[in-house]
Amino acid sequence: MGEIVLDFERPIVELEKKITEMKAYAVEENVELADEIKRLETRLYRLMQDTYSKLNRWQRVQLARHPNRPYTLDYVERIFTDFIEIHGDRQFADDPALVAGLARLNGEPVVVLGQQKGRTTKEKLYRNFGMMNPEGYRKALRVMKLAAKFKKPVVILIDTPGAYPGIGAEERGQGEAIARNLFEMSHLPVPIIIVIIGEGASGGALGIGVGDRILMMENAWYSVISPEACAAILWRDSTKGVLAAEALKLTAGDLIELGVIDEVIQEPVGGAQRAYDEAARKVKEHIVKNLDSIRDIPPAVLIENRINKYGKMGFFKE
Amino acid sequence: MVWFKRKSPGLRIQKRKEMPDGLWVKCEGCGEIIYKKQLAENSYVCTRCDFHFKISSRDYISLLLDADSFQETDATMEAVDFLNFKDTKKYPERLKSAIQQTGLKDAIRIGHGKIEQKPVVFGVMDFSFIGGSMGSVVGEKVARAVDYAREKKLPLIIVSATGGARMMESIISLMQMAKTASRLARFSDEGGFYISILTNPTTAGVVASYAMLGDIHIAEPGALIGFAGPRVIKQTIGQDLPEGFQRSQFQLEHGFVDMIVNRKQMKSTLNRLISMFTD
Ligand SMILES: [Zn+2]
Repeated sequence: MGEIVLDFERPIVELEKKITEMKAYAVEENVELADEIKRLETRLYRLMQDTYSKLNRWQRVQLARHPNRPYTLDYVERIFTDFIEIHGDRQFADDPALVAGLARLNGEPVVVLGQQKGRTTKEKLYRNFGMMNPEGYRKALRVMKLAAKFKKPVVILIDTPGAYPGIGAEERGQGEAIARNLFEMSHLPVPIIIVIIGEGASGGALGIGVGDRILMMENAWYSVISPEACAAILWRDSTKGVLAAEALKLTAGDLIELGVIDEVIQEPVGGAQRAYDEAARKVKEHIVKNLDSIRDIPPAVLIENRINKYGKMGFFKE
Repeated sequence: MVWFKRKSPGLRIQKRKEMPDGLWVKCEGCGEIIYKKQLAENSYVCTRCDFHFKISSRDYISLLLDADSFQETDATMEAVDFLNFKDTKKYPERLKSAIQQTGLKDAIRIGHGKIEQKPVVFGVMDFSFIGGSMGSVVGEKVARAVDYAREKKLPLIIVSATGGARMMESIISLMQMAKTASRLARFSDEGGFYISILTNPTTAGVVASYAMLGDIHIAEPGALIGFAGPRVIKQTIGQDLPEGFQRSQFQLEHGFVDMIVNRKQMKSTLNRLISMFTD
């Protein structure tokens, strides 16, 4: 993976480079620099703690969009075994922006789905930047109904900049497809675990995001609208994303306070892109723990709890 | 049923306005100058070209329900600024001026009413209140309307007029989509009958939730109905949108609404539909 450095990461990356160089120099020239290296490493550790504990909301949005951040399939291969991908909505097409399949979680069969972004230009286009079309939402629903039929839990990973805004998407009923999923997911008779792993943009995310437990990674964002689009409408200036991100309160910390998500999944220091295995291990721990806590709830109760969970969301006076 | 096809595309650019004061009003569809009283008598539908003017929730209540039958519920429910949201204006200021200008508490009214003596649960949105946007109040009121219909085993009718979710309530406004959809799922599972009426405009978060989840979808002629806004789509694809894109006729042709009904025939259509399933 190429080196991509966000502005606020630069001092850290530079210090890391210096340490690497010093270590190489010590070996080559056979000089004793252990104390000096240790001093720099302590400084690096403190700098990282300091930087990443004080990220503002816009910086977290940037981390959520980090080009090296692990995507759905990176997690799938680390969390599950025996993943069998399945395709198509059986009505119109297969949507590569959504991957779906059967897999085992600690040996137990589950249904997995999630939006997939691309890494290279070619992959990005193929995956449509993780923006689903109506056939993607219908593919997701078809796969979830398969889970219901065979009484298997559903695990969903969310990472999308939004549902695709195109002519074809409207012709094929983007709004209806998302609405239908909200409706069907709210009475699906099997456990649904949702993990927001990167970007959670609006109806495009929620369209596969109704569940019993909503988990969110520390540096992911989830909002009714992207900060840029919000800025373009309310500030009439799409470069005011920093202000919009603050106003929208879209981080995992914000959302747990608002009661929208159930748990925040801590990421490796510096973000999930720095340690895929560690990030995936954490995600898996949370999925397993949450699935265990709802696995034995009878379907009718599970559905009633799910409806009540969303029923509680809202602030008003009367 | 008349679908109005605009002959001169230049007129479409004009911003839709609420009914202006004065004796006369110019039709946005055909440019005809119409006597206001005559327009009111014609359900705010142009006498020459059938253009449907935007009307208030109050107008829909008197057009669609039997006289004096509407009993509003949850009328005191109001939005709160739980995020301390501020863009170029503070959210409480936006709310205050919307309340003053419209005399409404938020963008929807719900209650019980009658259509040709038949009791129904009725919800009607109002575009004049912050663009008919859906925040906590709209979501909660829709959810309660669904529950009233469920408890009393009555048909549910919701008239939508909205630009989508209310940004000033961020993620909570998004969650109203799940809240309303989940209540409709339970209502539907128990045999409830829901008619969704889509007026100009019905877009974004509302189209992607309760407006598209009816047993029957009725659109008013010429209404803009869609998920993504035309401006966003145009920007994304970098080309002009086809004539009539996302309008009622487009939704009918693509299979997302059951019928396009002129406002003047809306009440009788509702009456016929309701009697099919409830008599
Ligand atoms: Zn006219």
